[in-house]
Amino acid sequence: MELTTVWFVLIAVLWIGYFTLEGFDFGVGMLLPILGTTEKERRVLINTIGPVWDGNEVWLLVAGGATFAAFPEWYATLFSGFYLPLLLILLALIVRGLAFEYRAKRDDDKWRANWDLAIIFGSYVPAILWGVAFANILRGVPIDADMEYAGGFFNLLNPYALLGGTMTTLLFLAHGAMFVSLKTDGPIRREARMLAARIGLVAAAVTVVFLGWTQISTGSVGSAVAFALAAVALLGGLAAVGNGREGWGFLGTFVAIALGVAGLFLALFPDVMPTTLSSGLGLTTTNAAATHYTLRIMTVVAVIFTPLVLVYQGWTYWVFRKRIAVHHIPDLPTPVGNR
Amino acid sequence: MDPLDIARWQFAITTVYHFLFVPITIGLSGIVASYETAWVRTRNPRWLRLTKFFGKLLLINVAIGIVTGIVQEFQFGMNWSDYSRFVGDVFGAPLAIEGLLAFFLESTFLGLWIFGWDRLPAKVHAACIWAVHLGTLFSAYFILAANSWMQHPVGFAFNPETGRAEMNDFGAVMFNKVQLVTFPHVVLSAYLTGAAFVVGVAFWQMTRRGASDEDRGMYRKAVRTGAVVVLVSGLGVAFTGDIQGKIMTEVQPMKMAAAEGLYDTESPAGFSIFTLGSLDGSHEKFAIKIPRLLSFLGTGSPSGEVVGINQLREQYQQTYGSDPGAAYYSAGDYTPTIPLTYWTFRLMIGLGLVAAAAAGWILWATRRQRTPTGRGVLWTAMALPFLPLLANSFGWIFTEMGRQPWAVFGLMTTAQAVSPGVSALEMGLSLVALTLLYAVLAVIEVRLMLTYIRKGAEPAVDLLPLGPPDGDDDDVDRPLAFAY
Repeated sequence: MELTTVWFVLIAVLWIGYFTLEGFDFGVGMLLPILGTTEKERRVLINTIGPVWDGNEVWLLVAGGATFAAFPEWYATLFSGFYLPLLLILLALIVRGLAFEYRAKRDDDKWRANWDLAIIFGSYVPAILWGVAFANILRGVPIDADMEYAGGFFNLLNPYALLGGTMTTLLFLAHGAMFVSLKTDGPIRREARMLAARIGLVAAAVTVVFLGWTQISTGSVGSAVAFALAAVALLGGLAAVGNGREGWGFLGTFVAIALGVAGLFLALFPDVMPTTLSSGLGLTTTNAAATHYTLRIMTVVAVIFTPLVLVYQGWTYWVFRKRIAVHHIPDLPTPVGNR
Repeated sequence: MDPLDIARWQFAITTVYHFLFVPITIGLSGIVASYETAWVRTRNPRWLRLTKFFGKLLLINVAIGIVTGIVQEFQFGMNWSDYSRFVGDVFGAPLAIEGLLAFFLESTFLGLWIFGWDRLPAKVHAACIWAVHLGTLFSAYFILAANSWMQHPVGFAFNPETGRAEMNDFGAVMFNKVQLVTFPHVVLSAYLTGAAFVVGVAFWQMTRRGASDEDRGMYRKAVRTGAVVVLVSGLGVAFTGDIQGKIMTEVQPMKMAAAEGLYDTESPAGFSIFTLGSLDGSHEKFAIKIPRLLSFLGTGSPSGEVVGINQLREQYQQTYGSDPGAAYYSAGDYTPTIPLTYWTFRLMIGLGLVAAAAAGWILWATRRQRTPTGRGVLWTAMALPFLPLLANSFGWIFTEMGRQPWAVFGLMTTAQAVSPGVSALEMGLSLVALTLLYAVLAVIEVRLMLTYIRKGAEPAVDLLPLGPPDGDDDDVDRPLAFAY
């Protein structure tokens, strides 16, 4: 396999890691006002992802860094082109990340309510906008002969992209509900299970439409297979959670998101950012790539360190495998007072 | 404002801001890891209390460091897309490796450390914070390797066909001579910063009225060990800084001439501590000068020749042609903004020296179980945490502004690096949004930090039952040891 193809695959893997992992912690954040009706319930929700959300987010940083290194032109066009959505995502991720750490640091309802808003806003915005961004990449955007994005902000808000944003939001909501049902106990667990099945059905409907649309417009044989399996996994997961099998349910949404993203990348290949302008120059795995030398070095580093990361990140999930219920939450947030 | 100006302001604001939190994280994570190791080895509750107390302050600080770091990675592509295209083949690699090696390590083990008090055996728990610290060092290494390449590009060839710099020697990029001295310089200054923070906080707690003897003894330990770290790392910062000055004189002579505002070649050249009047070389009203010091700093010999800005300008014009950024920079002609380089250089060194002196005084004032009560030493200790923070910022402003008009020295100017397709409106929106948000966060962070500093370390009785289980977790209903 060409190294450029290897890196296309690796970047797909990084995004799969990002969406399958941070996908559920976005989901938990979005479900905060729905599943967390009392303060202790909200804290149960936050603490299910407390030890892991930051490690999940690193998948995004590595995906960004790897794109910079392996496909500099892609990184440059994408980040400067999708300027405002990325700015919004940045603002969202900043307040959201701080919210987890700071929310419990003051025993004050107003303070906590503000950080709850930050978590909710900070989870919805990226959940929607990543879907919008990926749909636009697949659909193609105006890129001129200098590989510069030549559309405005509103160009990104087309029906296909908005459907993509709806799909990611619903999938992450379902994925998050599955995770909560797997990681909590008591009433919140039952509610999450019900919610996972309900939102999951809507998510499945939207997903089928979006993936079908994608398959018809840019699909390949490979993407068709991946999409079909993703749909099977999603429906399987929904059936499982309906029967009270939370682990299988979570695995279902996990695999569905993974295969869905894989399918999107298969549909994209060998383009990385196609143009809609006839005079433009679209980006492909070859014309956007770094040199063979750089890709070779990066391959060696990735082959050594990615498995290591998977091992210790997996271990974290093992360490924090216990379910959390309301009675596990200590009374005061942390041993603190107001001043 | 022109998009270039906005992009530069944004880079300056977000980077200086981010780098207030980074050195505290690097230094303090090492110090907290040392406390926890002392606790595991001696089981003296004093160390556990210090681990928990400074650990909490560390986390308040780390949270902002992490989230502002995301902006750093994104803005290369967002605001500096032509830069990204030009250097991605070289510069992207250390950035990607930083993510894979450092960020995963830091954030995963930080999560384990925060929540793992009752889930992990004590030794493993202590190892987690060491892993975080190691992650911060990896992170520093790779990002500084990337920056050093901008200061002194090596290990690449310019490809006229693709119009970009392409890497041909990864080892040369990783072990760039600028990097080999910058890394210890920055990391030692981070230890200095972290330790200065500890000294300031612990000194206040030690001398506050009503502190018990036990607490006094504990904070005294933190004050004195911290002050030693400030002094030792301060020595190291000075030593590496001196080498760095010599290397810089060789690779970027203009930056070092601009550091002194030396317009015409002198041998030997003196170093002015202070100048009043204009720095444009036409007239100086008053200056305190140390003869021969600049020669020594730049060349290692007290009589060495230091080339002046005017001569360098001619040299640069011969080497690189007429300045491609001259139209933009009013100074033009490869000359950075002299007053800025002149003063930031002095403030970096001066504040670093004052910090070391302050630590020395505090060490003296606390000798043989003394608890100083004087106002002077108290205010010195309170000022201490801020000195290295300012020195770090001035250091970065100096080294980045001293490289102007270049983004990548000798290869690409800052004016060429900016995103051509992003409008001033978009960039302005981003600058305003990030600056306002950062300002709000600064207020929140400082207030939270002060709250927790005032609270002080918790009593040992509240902490000790947390001892991690040796066997399997049988009590399923036990509340979490730590919860958000």
